[in-house]
Amino acid sequence: MRNYFRGFGAVFYKEVLHVRRDPATLFFSLVIPLLQMVVLGFGIDTNIRQVNTVVYNADGRRESRELIDRLKNSDTFHIKRYVQNDGDLNDAIIAGKARVGIKIPVDYSDRLLHNMSAQVLVLIDGSDSSVAGQAINVTTAIGLDESLRRVLQDRSTFAVDMRPKLLFNPDSRSPNFLLPGLTAILLLNVTTFLTAFSIVREKERGTLEQLFVTPVRPMGLLLGKLLPYLAIGFSELCLILSFMRFVFQVPIHGNVFLLAFLSLPYLFVSLSIGILVSSKANTQSEAIQLAFLTFLPSIFFSGYIFPRETMPTFFYVISYFIPASYFINITRGIILRVAGITHLWTDGLALFLIGSVLLIIAARRFQNKVIMA
Amino acid sequence: MATSAPTLANAAISAQNMVRRFGHFTAVNDVSFRVEKGEIFGFLGPNGSGKTTVIKMLTGLLPLSGGSAYVEGLDVRTDSEAVRERIGYMSQNFSLYYDLTVEENLKFYGRIYSLEPARLKRRMDEIVQLNGLAPYLNRLASQLSGGWKQRLALGCAMLHEPTLLFLDEPTAGIDPVARRQLWDLLFELSGHGITFFVTTHYMDEAERCSHVAYIYYGRLIADGTPNSLRELPDVQPPGTLRVEIITPEVTRALRFARHLPGIRGATIFGQSIHALIEDRFNLDDLRQQLLKNGITVTEIRPLTPSLEDVFVELTYKHQALLEGARA
Repeated sequence: MRNYFRGFGAVFYKEVLHVRRDPATLFFSLVIPLLQMVVLGFGIDTNIRQVNTVVYNADGRRESRELIDRLKNSDTFHIKRYVQNDGDLNDAIIAGKARVGIKIPVDYSDRLLHNMSAQVLVLIDGSDSSVAGQAINVTTAIGLDESLRRVLQDRSTFAVDMRPKLLFNPDSRSPNFLLPGLTAILLLNVTTFLTAFSIVREKERGTLEQLFVTPVRPMGLLLGKLLPYLAIGFSELCLILSFMRFVFQVPIHGNVFLLAFLSLPYLFVSLSIGILVSSKANTQSEAIQLAFLTFLPSIFFSGYIFPRETMPTFFYVISYFIPASYFINITRGIILRVAGITHLWTDGLALFLIGSVLLIIAARRFQNKVIMA
Repeated sequence: MATSAPTLANAAISAQNMVRRFGHFTAVNDVSFRVEKGEIFGFLGPNGSGKTTVIKMLTGLLPLSGGSAYVEGLDVRTDSEAVRERIGYMSQNFSLYYDLTVEENLKFYGRIYSLEPARLKRRMDEIVQLNGLAPYLNRLASQLSGGWKQRLALGCAMLHEPTLLFLDEPTAGIDPVARRQLWDLLFELSGHGITFFVTTHYMDEAERCSHVAYIYYGRLIADGTPNSLRELPDVQPPGTLRVEIITPEVTRALRFARHLPGIRGATIFGQSIHALIEDRFNLDDLRQQLLKNGITVTEIRPLTPSLEDVFVELTYKHQALLEGARA
């Protein structure tokens, strides 16, 4: 019987030696993702707060000052400056000194006192859509609230009282939302690079050609290379999770062992991507470029930054082919939503299937493009 | 086993009408040759002429587009895995792992060939002894000089006791002493019955082979012992004589000799000229003609063609044929 995994033990032994001989690479591949996590974790806050705002209060009486106070108290706006004419209001936004400009007209108080409709002009810089969206929502809400109070006068309760309650991330903390997703991106990054490099290096040195003249079987070679890096990827996951939990204080509400278990098919996928990259790239710099080609879709179409549901149909369909989509659902599910295996087994299965298909394609390509080249 | 072709049993390599095409390009065109066990077979040819493609086909890396090839009696088309058990391969860039020590490199290749521990240990001892690697066992492969890298690479390639070794330009870029030592080692191993398939660009190495073949643009244009090739009609046409003209004024002599009727070709070798002349020429007449033109001649003597002469003649001839075919 043919042993399809022939050479596995030998290759595994050799890869472990490579890693041990070069502790610097190991160190950097483990530590750099943590540094990235620190930078992104502390630096990015997706909650829109304290938006720079300029105000042109042409009215200046009590009612107009009350409105301004209400805007201030929303925490969304930070009033940087008061201006005295339309030109200055416009310029402040064009120059980027403020994102929002609010003009209260001369007759604001008069119209309110005469029970007429008063207009407030809100200029919003649309060049950052998330800021603009938040500014529109908050100003509209304040306007509505203000109107209702005046219409209802003394009646103290609203007819319909909506009480939204935020589940799973009640404080809307950015790290809680971002870091579980970032875990998926960082893991992909490390493992894909390590595998791709370990194979492309052998191409460059000519040792791969030598191996093909020995009785090693492609599967034995590939798995022998995969497993050591799977172990490194797994340690990386543990490091990242500890960092997330203890440095960024992101509580892990679900079962951490389930998370570790479901990370295995994801690591398998990213290692297979690494092999696929190395079947195409002949030099390490080519490998870097190809690997980046896989990272960008993983960042943008996986739901890590933009919700998948809001994507145009075409990209939404694409997001199903992006492994990070499934793993981000797994990490956020377990860490934030206390999801269990019953909720997540389909994601795990999808990853396992994607990984198997990729590995088969990679092994085939290897046979045809590398061995037979 | 190759029961259908009993004569294959004693051949190390038997290639019949091997063809390899890449798209419309034919890299190896109808190549047939046979290498006996224990021979040192020199496989020569210009760069890009198909040497590596032939090696890849014989080692089972590339499927044949046509023809057949048996290595150690096994059909490379169907039995490439068994073929790889019996052969060793050393490429010109000494495929070693530079961040592994000498010992680790050997161990790795031993495991690749699934040698059991006792046999691996015995073979490592033998290889280390044979190649003189003992002082370097714990040194990283990257720290070895070219000659030692080559010895280690050879050691790795023969750890599993192959009966046939492919050496692809084994002496490219190593110093003359290491080259000489390698060839001494090859002769010793050849004495133990190991067959060598060696490619090289060095003609002095070709002269040492017991059997040489020359491939030119995918076609095998010479195949035989070095001496039989020297007597080929293309190399030594009937009615011609190869002579060495020793003279202190080689450049001037060459310019003159090339225009002399009856001289078919001439080239400089150090302090002498190698010329192919028609044998109606009397050597004394030639000397007189040169002297008349003020060229001092120390000596003119008959010369057996070197392998370099052989390959240059054959190359010119086939170049002319190829150009004729294109026109």
